[in-house]
Amino acid sequence: MSVVIEQPRSPRSRNGANWEKYGWIFMRASGVILIFLVLGHLFVNLYLGEGIKAIDFAFVGGKWSDPFWKVWDLAMLWLAMIHGTNGMRTIVNDYATKETIRKALVTSLWGVCAVLITLGTLVVFTFDPCPAGALPELLPSFCPVNAS
Amino acid sequence: MPSLPAGTLYRGKVGMWSWVLHRITGVAIFFFLLVHVLDTALVRLSPEAYNAVINTYKTPLIGVAELGLVAAVLYHSMNGVRIVLIDFWRKGVKYQNIMFWIVVSIAFIVFAIFTPRHLSHVFG
Repeated sequence: MSVVIEQPRSPRSRNGANWEKYGWIFMRASGVILIFLVLGHLFVNLYLGEGIKAIDFAFVGGKWSDPFWKVWDLAMLWLAMIHGTNGMRTIVNDYATKETIRKALVTSLWGVCAVLITLGTLVVFTFDPCPAGALPELLPSFCPVNAS
Repeated sequence: MPSLPAGTLYRGKVGMWSWVLHRITGVAIFFFLLVHVLDTALVRLSPEAYNAVINTYKTPLIGVAELGLVAAVLYHSMNGVRIVLIDFWRKGVKYQNIMFWIVVSIAFIVFAIFTPRHLSHVFG
């Protein structure tokens, strides 16, 4: 396959939406938002209190009983997955020399992205901090089984 | 004997190595993100399953590896600001070199504050 490089300043040869431009803008816009979301996530989960030692099911249950952290984590999930997948797409486009392999890699990247965004979103929306039958000592203190 | 290329914004000097580091840290963070979405999804399975997997994050080996992850996130986020400034700030290109060293300094300072506290959690 030969690579065609257009003359500089030649008019765009394609019609329709300029997806590369929207991707370029998205990387910068989502990146700026992700700085606050990810560094805030690391600060609250790894720096405050007992840090990594304090993270368990009850910790997540406590956070996701608050809509604020649900929205935070959902925004982080969607933006980070799309930002990361688009970054990987850029790298694949740079280094894949065979068009069929490039297409296969880019398709797999977006496939994995869609699966993980769907999985993560379903988990946040269907999460139950007090599942029936679980050991009470593993559940958040506000669960009815721990109420007395 | 051919002389070495002088280097440009994107080749041979800070412009190139900042870009190389941005790629490497980006790929590393991406693969951790895939794992992290999956391990967090275990809260939907059972408290036991989630706790069993998340406890591996508290072991000395993975605990130290998390320092690498945090360092990668710090560099990638601060250098991302530098990229946005190069693209949108009128003087961004002029100051890209000094901005790289500011990026490295901020990342290092935050990393130096985070590291002893995190290690005290992992080994404490």
